[in-house]
Amino acid sequence: MTDDYNVIWKELGIDLERHDKLIGGLGVIYPKIYLSQQNRPKAMAYFDDFVIDLHGFRVRELYEHKKKGGRIIGTFCLYVPDEIVMTLGAIPVSLCGGTDFTIPDAEAILPINLCPLIKSFYGFKAGRLSPYFQVSDIIVGETTCDGKKKVYEVLSDLGPVYVLEIPHKKNEDSAKLWRIEIDKFVKMVEKMTGNKLTYEDLKEFTKIFNEKRRALQRLNALRWNSPPPISGKDALLVNQVAWFDEPVRFTKAVNELSDELEGRVKKGEGVFPEQQLRLMTSGTPYAIPNWKIHHIVESSGYPIVAEESCVGSRYYTELADETPDTIDGLIGALADRYLKINCACFTPNEERMDSIVDLYKKSKAKGLINYTLSFCTPYLVEANRVEMRAKKEGLPVLNIESDYSRGDNEQIKTRIQAFIESI
Amino acid sequence: MDIYYTGVDVGSVTTKASVVDGNSRQVGSSIISTGISGFNSAEFVFERALKEAGITREMIKRIIATGYGRSLVSFADRQVTEITCHARGAFRKLGKPLTLIDIGGQDTKVIVVVDGGKVARFLMNDRCAAGTGRFLEVMARVLETDLDNLSEMALNTHNRAKINSLCTVFAESEVVGLLARGVSRDEIAGGLCYSIAERISSMTKKVGISGPVFISGGVAYNGAVVSGISDILDEDVYIIDEPQLNGAYGAALVAMTE
Repeated sequence: MTDDYNVIWKELGIDLERHDKLIGGLGVIYPKIYLSQQNRPKAMAYFDDFVIDLHGFRVRELYEHKKKGGRIIGTFCLYVPDEIVMTLGAIPVSLCGGTDFTIPDAEAILPINLCPLIKSFYGFKAGRLSPYFQVSDIIVGETTCDGKKKVYEVLSDLGPVYVLEIPHKKNEDSAKLWRIEIDKFVKMVEKMTGNKLTYEDLKEFTKIFNEKRRALQRLNALRWNSPPPISGKDALLVNQVAWFDEPVRFTKAVNELSDELEGRVKKGEGVFPEQQLRLMTSGTPYAIPNWKIHHIVESSGYPIVAEESCVGSRYYTELADETPDTIDGLIGALADRYLKINCACFTPNEERMDSIVDLYKKSKAKGLINYTLSFCTPYLVEANRVEMRAKKEGLPVLNIESDYSRGDNEQIKTRIQAFIESI
Repeated sequence: MDIYYTGVDVGSVTTKASVVDGNSRQVGSSIISTGISGFNSAEFVFERALKEAGITREMIKRIIATGYGRSLVSFADRQVTEITCHARGAFRKLGKPLTLIDIGGQDTKVIVVVDGGKVARFLMNDRCAAGTGRFLEVMARVLETDLDNLSEMALNTHNRAKINSLCTVFAESEVVGLLARGVSRDEIAGGLCYSIAERISSMTKKVGISGPVFISGGVAYNGAVVSGISDILDEDVYIIDEPQLNGAYGAALVAMTE
């Protein structure tokens, strides 16, 4: 099986020697962080298999799609409309980076004082260490944060990049700009694939992605039970795989997991003691294999029951309206849906504060950890808004800033432990 | 048989133990350099504190370990962070809410302590030695003196040399340069103590002062740093009773009330 992948990786231009080390590293940490957990739902096996083989089986599916004349679109953030990509016969895959292995490659070109997620993904491309990057025909980003916006310029030295202009605000004029960008994007993908958007196909994929979001809503709502039937780490893994996997198959696997969890809830079965203090996180995302905060918190014995994050509620909370009866209406519904996502790149961002409080109450969390990646200006400054709002609502909050290095694990652990002791 | 409780605080530079009786009174204590074995240091100070208290191990009902090396104290019943322990210790001594600045060997924390010794909010600086005891240790060496004398030297002068680097390593180079230029050692000491007072005051402002300001940790013995903080914050600043033992004492209190 691995020889099979090696052939594909070689053809994709991967630096095989370094890539072996990277995959080997994953093979060492995954058992430590994931497989060591007790009483995991059996249905997690699907997601374990996916991640252990992260650069294998899914990459081969994309590779075969390409061999048949299909196109692969690498994406960033949450605003590239997957529905449109798939309706036109292309496959979207997320390229955000979660490991510090590739950061030295990035630091050779990019500033050190830059978001680790951005350095990580740039390093994946520059170091030829990601088959997902290599198999993509084009990379599509958005003008979300300054870091990404400017790094796309540098990335374009290494391959074709298309940038969607996301507005900074969410008023009527912003919506008009965004619709223009979506229409241009449709034309670009139609040209690239040689296909045309049809009403029936777009409606079908709108439904498929809504089903995926509903499945994730259902799964993540099951975590709100006492005791939680699944660990935060496991739920995080599912939320992370969502960015890679084929949507219909993924939805089925998530629903099977939820079925198993419902059985646990009926029996009052959980993976943490029932009255154990529960936490939720908010803030910046967790790209695979960034499991740091969840691992530190849950190894200390406390469950994380929700994430207000791109890899979390911001991914699946909003559904697209399926009812329009014209193609124009469907595209408009998608544009509306995507613009609702509350990233700190928008100003103002009060809706994010509302959603944090809402999720806190629903998940019955007893403390909020607002997690920001180092050098992320929008979320670091917005942490002040989160703190003010949390104080107003009487929610205990801890602001944590960290990167992908392992050097601050003890410091983070002490802060989190002190926070928990103070609740 | 009387019952006692112990707190062991394994810091990056020193390890401390405190034995308290059922009335929260400290009856024995010990401080030693942590060296390379946190566990050995912890055992050593524990034995010494017991000896000073004139009691045996069997009379200890519960032991709490705290500090950077708390996980090394295998004979402890539980580990609790130094933030919680310092807050408890300080509140017990003062009897009312306060803002505690703990300046340790390698980290600094500012803790707002409210009723019951609870932690309302806190900030830690533990990724950089600027503003910690380590900074002063390094500088005392460059000035060929010890920590006590460093403070004396700083208090001897009204003129302070301006130290521009926050980084301990670069500040050291700066001091060497100043000495070569003939700047007096007293003025340099003054500048160094003020420099860390600035750093610590800036952290304190960020947390937000609430109640009287107290200092704990080994650096509390440096009068120049303490008066520098007081000047910059424009607040009276007090030193907690037995500042270096406050964490271990608080840990013993946690052991008692658990």
